[in-house]
Amino acid sequence: MSATAPAGALSIEVAAMSKHFGALTALDAVSLRVRSGTVHALLGENGAGKSTLVKCIMGFYHADQGDLMVDGHVVEVRNPRDAARLGIGMVYQHFTLVPSMTVLENLVMARADVPAVIDWRAERARLNRFLDTMPFRVALDTPVSGLAAGEKQKAEILKQLYLDARFLILDEPTSVLTPQEADEILGLVRGMAAAGRLTILIITHKFREVLAYADVVTVLRRGRLAGGGAVGALSVDQMAALMIGDDRVAAVTERTMSGTGPGAVRLAITDLAVADADGMPAVRGVSLTVRAGEIVGIAGVSGNGQSELVEVLAGQRPASAGTVVVEGEVYRGRRAETQRHHLALLPEEPLRNACVGRMSVADNMAFRQFDRAPYAKGFWLSQAVIRAAARDLITRYRVKTPSPDTPIASLSGGNVQRAVLGRELGGIVHILVAANPVFGLDFAAVADIHAQIVAARNRGAAVLLVSEDLDELLELSDRILVMSEGHIVHETPIASADRTAIGRAMAGH
Amino acid sequence: MADRPEPAAWSDRIMEPLAAPLVAVAATLVLFGAFMALAGHNPLEVYRLMGVGAFGSWFSCQNTLQRAAPLLLTALCTALPARMGLVIIGGEGAFVIGGLAAMAAGLPLVDAGLPPLVIQAVMALAGMAAGGALIATAGALRHWRGVNETISSLLLSSIAIAVMNQLVEGVMRDPTSLNKPSTRALPDPDMLGTMPGMDVHVGLAAGLVVCVATWLLMTRTTFGFAVRLVGGNLRAARLVGLPVGPMIVIVTALAGACAGLAGMVEVAAVQARANANIVAGYGVSGILVAFLARQNPLAVIPVAVILGGIGASGGLLQRRLDLPDAVVLVLQGILFVALLAGEGLPRWSEFRARIVR
Ligand SMILES: Nc1ncnc2c1ncn2[C@@H]1O[C@H](COP(=O)(O)OP(=O)(O)OP(=O)(O)O)[C@@H](O)[C@H]1O
Ligand SMILES: [Mg+2]
Repeated sequence: MSATAPAGALSIEVAAMSKHFGALTALDAVSLRVRSGTVHALLGENGAGKSTLVKCIMGFYHADQGDLMVDGHVVEVRNPRDAARLGIGMVYQHFTLVPSMTVLENLVMARADVPAVIDWRAERARLNRFLDTMPFRVALDTPVSGLAAGEKQKAEILKQLYLDARFLILDEPTSVLTPQEADEILGLVRGMAAAGRLTILIITHKFREVLAYADVVTVLRRGRLAGGGAVGALSVDQMAALMIGDDRVAAVTERTMSGTGPGAVRLAITDLAVADADGMPAVRGVSLTVRAGEIVGIAGVSGNGQSELVEVLAGQRPASAGTVVVEGEVYRGRRAETQRHHLALLPEEPLRNACVGRMSVADNMAFRQFDRAPYAKGFWLSQAVIRAAARDLITRYRVKTPSPDTPIASLSGGNVQRAVLGRELGGIVHILVAANPVFGLDFAAVADIHAQIVAARNRGAAVLLVSEDLDELLELSDRILVMSEGHIVHETPIASADRTAIGRAMAGH
Repeated sequence: MADRPEPAAWSDRIMEPLAAPLVAVAATLVLFGAFMALAGHNPLEVYRLMGVGAFGSWFSCQNTLQRAAPLLLTALCTALPARMGLVIIGGEGAFVIGGLAAMAAGLPLVDAGLPPLVIQAVMALAGMAAGGALIATAGALRHWRGVNETISSLLLSSIAIAVMNQLVEGVMRDPTSLNKPSTRALPDPDMLGTMPGMDVHVGLAAGLVVCVATWLLMTRTTFGFAVRLVGGNLRAARLVGLPVGPMIVIVTALAGACAGLAGMVEVAAVQARANANIVAGYGVSGILVAFLARQNPLAVIPVAVILGGIGASGGLLQRRLDLPDAVVLVLQGILFVALLAGEGLPRWSEFRARIVR
């Protein structure tokens, strides 16, 4: 195989690698072989140890046991710089480019050998020569902050290739991309692998991407190797079974119709205008209502005012005009109001928006209720009640955590999401606002969370679901609105929803 | 499965908060020792004398506690806002304005012939209100105007000291204070007394009580929980509807009130009058205490005693080794820099993990 990889795609072998975090075994003697010039997918539930494995390869974590071999030689990688020297690069789930610098500046500054005085003309020429050999380009002089998510991801990949990566690790590279962007990027890297230029190890939760772009798949379950093989030889059901073992996946919860249809208006937004972080109008006069027992979906390409709309409902951003009325009362995001109206929020990026990373899982789960009985006895706070309540939620929402006292930042992404879900949906819910609630979750967790959202609706909650995933919206919503450039440009009940019409409205036509 | 609870090793739990300060102290001892050796003194002899000067006799112990008393309160001026993620260094100004306000409120009551207890209570309240208002201003500027609280608290502190000088040389000046402009003196019977069985003023007791009370507030109450939430992640705090602005004002006001109370004690128990003497660096040393104590109000107590001891030993060093008084300031300065440099060191548990494997 390696004979067909002249441009130097690397092969990597991991032998019996183990990694412990305190009492938790994140990796248990995992072995993995990635042949050069292949696209190798790594699958596994949230918390299975996928990120831990690749971080050990990159030298971010130090494995407790096990060896790493590159092209058949045992190597020691003590830090990411060592990995880069060997030709191993990684693109992270979150973006790491400096937003205020241009692509050119970012790429030049990332080099290990940046000279003290930079000859920008020479650098540009050198970069252009490099880009000519690439199957895709990115505008060099645009500041990164001005790039769309897909372009940013391309720039991240270009950066790794510019740094001479011949083994590229992609940790959930597509969760921030639209399906079209994801297809484009995966197609490109797949082409480069086929040409023998590099080897790809990709972590993803999407079977579709595995089937379409990977050659080989390896499945982890709870830190152990669960199985794997050539992609053609495994069905989706087999992969799913390897991922979750004997656990059961939540069945699809049907949206049940009460005889009378949706109930009273619970959430009414009128002529809402919101400015973004730079003071530019992001939401321009949005009006909508959500009734008890219905899910209203908001579709749209990211960056069309959806996140600012959610931030207003979350009390994280002031509205510049318009009103939000909740159960007949004006709503300003105050604590008493959210408690009185049983308003629940599932924001995107829960660790950034809804948690305190260094506080414990139990404390984070108490954020909504800590100032009321039984958590609070007058002025005093009962740690015992907080912990007992958290234990209950951890079981009910199947949060995988070593203990309720673990800092929430050390949980895997999916489990942070579940912890927040438990906190927000664990009690009575009258109104639920959810923004991209299943980003980066494994399929079992997706089914679980979708079931919870529909169940909340069936119990009579008014649900506003903001998502960039049209399939998710079509599956869950009773009504779909499309947002574009800060306006609601299209509205349709689910019965008559038409993909092309929605797609056209999203694109701003 | 891995669902076992994970009790952190006891050594981790004890060493985690202690490691960085201990490393800083050790580094300081080495550096200051080298400095002493260069100045021609035996470092070991210097440290022995410092121990004697701080804790060698009942008299020196009392001297140490006397110096520790104001540090207990001024340290809280930095430690409490730190729980909210704010770095406040204006304790000196809150201390000074607190002392000044206490005199301004107390002297008319003395003239009116009110009983000492009433006078002292009003003075304490006035000192706390003035110190609280000063630091709360920094908090409010931070929240509503986006002004960096570290810089604004420092500038407000300079303003407070200038105001004190201005008033003491102007309207509040006692005409009989000739070479050192001062306010009129608090008569002896109205001064704060000493604690039973020792020659240390009751400010020490006040400091201890406030340290324990604020520790309980920050760790055991719903308010303290909310403060940690705001300090840990502002966006999450907003999401769960906490009144972030008012909370910042309350905590910074509380912090300033602690330093203001220390200023009141200084004038009502030590100086008897407000003048340039009360700008004695207690507020600045309080910052050091707070950082050494890792912003924990309970840990402030032992750290304040140790720093009080360093201050108390200055006199002995001066007498025995003929060192200038400022030498203990050099020691404090080295300690502060070492401590700040140590913030970047790996955490203890990571460090242990590295040496064990
Ligand atoms: N720095 C850390 N400290 C303690 N525990 C950790 C740390 N990093 C990861 N873990 C734990 O190790 C386990 C594996 O986490 P990892 O991030 O590798 O999962 P993952 O497979 O990438 O999941 P996801 O799909 O949710 O990203 C989890 O239980 C997690 O809580
Ligand atoms: Mg991961």
